[in-house]
Amino acid sequence: MRRKLGPHAPPPEAPLVMVGQSARRRVVTGANIAAQTLGIHVGLPATQAHALVPELIAHDAEPEEDIAGLGRLAIWALKRYVPIVAAEPPAGLMLDATGADHLHGGPEAMLADLLRRLTDIGIAARTAMAGSYGAAHALARYGGAERLVVAAGGEAAAIGALPLCALRLDADTVASLNRLGFETIAELDATPRPPLALRFGSMVGKRLDQAHGRIAEPVDPIKAPELIDVIQRFAEPIAAPETLARYTTKLVGLLCDRLEEAGVGARKLDLQFHRVDARVQYIRAGTAKPTRDKSGLTRLLCDRIETIDPGYGIEIMILTAPSIEVLGLQTISSLGDKPAPDIGALVDILGNRVGEERLYRIAAKPSDVPERSVTRVPAMAEPTELRWPLNWPRPTRLLGRPEPIETIALLPDHPPVQFTWRGVRRRVKRADGPERIYGEWVVSDAEMLGVRDYFLVEDETGARFWIFRNGDGEDEATGKQTWFMQGLFG
Amino acid sequence: MTNLGQRPAIAELRARVARIETADRTPRAFLPFGVDAVDDKLPGGGLSLGALHEIAGGAAGVIDAAAAALFAAGILARIEGSVLWCMTRPDLFAPALAQAGLDPDRVIYVDAGDETSVLACFEEGLRHGGLCGVVAEVARLSMTASRRLQLAAESSGTIGIALRRWRRMAEAADFGQPTASTTRWRVTNVPSSPLPVPGVGRHRWFVELIRSRAGESADFLLEACDAKGHLAIPADLADGSVASQAWPTRAAS
Repeated sequence: MRRKLGPHAPPPEAPLVMVGQSARRRVVTGANIAAQTLGIHVGLPATQAHALVPELIAHDAEPEEDIAGLGRLAIWALKRYVPIVAAEPPAGLMLDATGADHLHGGPEAMLADLLRRLTDIGIAARTAMAGSYGAAHALARYGGAERLVVAAGGEAAAIGALPLCALRLDADTVASLNRLGFETIAELDATPRPPLALRFGSMVGKRLDQAHGRIAEPVDPIKAPELIDVIQRFAEPIAAPETLARYTTKLVGLLCDRLEEAGVGARKLDLQFHRVDARVQYIRAGTAKPTRDKSGLTRLLCDRIETIDPGYGIEIMILTAPSIEVLGLQTISSLGDKPAPDIGALVDILGNRVGEERLYRIAAKPSDVPERSVTRVPAMAEPTELRWPLNWPRPTRLLGRPEPIETIALLPDHPPVQFTWRGVRRRVKRADGPERIYGEWVVSDAEMLGVRDYFLVEDETGARFWIFRNGDGEDEATGKQTWFMQGLFG
Repeated sequence: MTNLGQRPAIAELRARVARIETADRTPRAFLPFGVDAVDDKLPGGGLSLGALHEIAGGAAGVIDAAAAALFAAGILARIEGSVLWCMTRPDLFAPALAQAGLDPDRVIYVDAGDETSVLACFEEGLRHGGLCGVVAEVARLSMTASRRLQLAAESSGTIGIALRRWRRMAEAADFGQPTASTTRWRVTNVPSSPLPVPGVGRHRWFVELIRSRAGESADFLLEACDAKGHLAIPADLADGSVASQAWPTRAAS
């Protein structure tokens, strides 16, 4: 709502409520944090809320609009993060991150990224990740932390102290249980089940089991209408990896035909395996460029088939392309001249194996400081223009961080006569230098006066090193006149 | 020792064996170094392209493999196409490779994390066929792994360079173990070309060809890669004296 109003939106500090119709009364259906601290809660009649806080800003609720917005957010999460996303009105999203969090750098990093992106578009959110849907649901709403990851097996401890309303029971049940003296989930957990079931029905036990992950919970994942997908159902469940691979090939073939009709190429593929025990497993593969190359995509998926545990068998396989880009017809070049070999497929295979960020090219950056003169660019990025100057010697290996060395050297501008690095003393036989590199005041104020004098030195055995002196050899303001080893020449 | 390569009967026999060995594979291409002293020692007159070659550093180069990396860069600089460089320690300084003639746009680096994935990426790159060469920095290279890599290289015609690099000096004894690679080199930094004034001249390497399939081992004193990746015979040795006499022979196995 704040986004819709744009610059006219009230500041976040102002108490704000959404007012909707419930039966025949107007009640508060949503309140921001400022309003909640003033004692307004969801379900309070609108008139009482106005009496409590006279300067309250009230807006009419638009439930349909909210649900549609949540749906759009769910589709965004589906394309960006994981293949299985369910929307939970009024204000929740469920993401099944099994097997997908590693693509975003692990569970913590994925939640951090999700929160950052939501904050960027003006949505305040709380997230939790746990081994069961019930536990994650409870912790996200009542856990108190903005981002919480529960290690496997830690659900019972994590949700034990939460109030009963975290269990997704209806308000009457929670109120009756509270009247009986149950405050937290742990207390309820320690109580024998049969009397509870007799008094409140089976729901209490079921919710507890769901929170602990003892029983499976079906979710209703959203499906983006424009997604291209192909489904294969099996009369008899299949389990052998070879069979899975064969059907994967078949599905990829069908999907590629559909992609071709639409004139697009896939950037991401999800292959879902629905097991007979209602669990869903999936493989997600990404490509560096849009593609509909059947053998390449099959290869990417089949590489990971061993990560799927078929259990008692798989009855449905669904292949979707959640991220697609326009891919026009390709011109097949003419008459004998050899086309440049396409290494995109190789980059995809390696990227899916070791992680995309570990596959890179190195490009030049305009900086004199050696460690800043290189930058990583994606492996399939466009060719770069900038090149390093070739007239100064540069070492083959650059130490990650310069290592201090002990030297005997004449100041101000002579190379050392001898130096000790990693416990070995070396006599300098020949040397070149100095090559003076000035600190970059643009980058940091501390480098305003800094100077490094680089020398290429060679010892008696012919080993060649790149060493520098921090400072110009005369003025203490330019550096402490200490020596460092930075690289090794070939 | 007589030069076996010059006897016509034996040369013919070798050619026949080579034809039988590679009957079902792509014909071999060779990349000459452009230095006659080196090319004469290599069967085919150069490094065979669809093959696995091993390069290690000598002395301190066992650990940093700086000279060995530059030697590999010089070889790849003289072939057209993209290069895959697999490693576990990303301390390679790209400007130095550019100075040896290997353009940064041509090189894709893989920081593979561990040795097993380095070998997997190495083989994947060799099998693909779209690259001109693959370099992998590995410590251990078993007979089985090297045979797979050699076959992968033969199937695609891509040159594979295993840059042997160990964590400790003692581990370098591993370099004596047999592998299926076609050639095995050791490159050691030696004092640079003397200059009439104080300073460091053109860098020099002592290059040992320790093993060469169907060829002899040899060693050379060479000047390091120039801006196009070419090696050279030092000027003060070029007038007829043989490199191996100028430098004592070390560990030719």
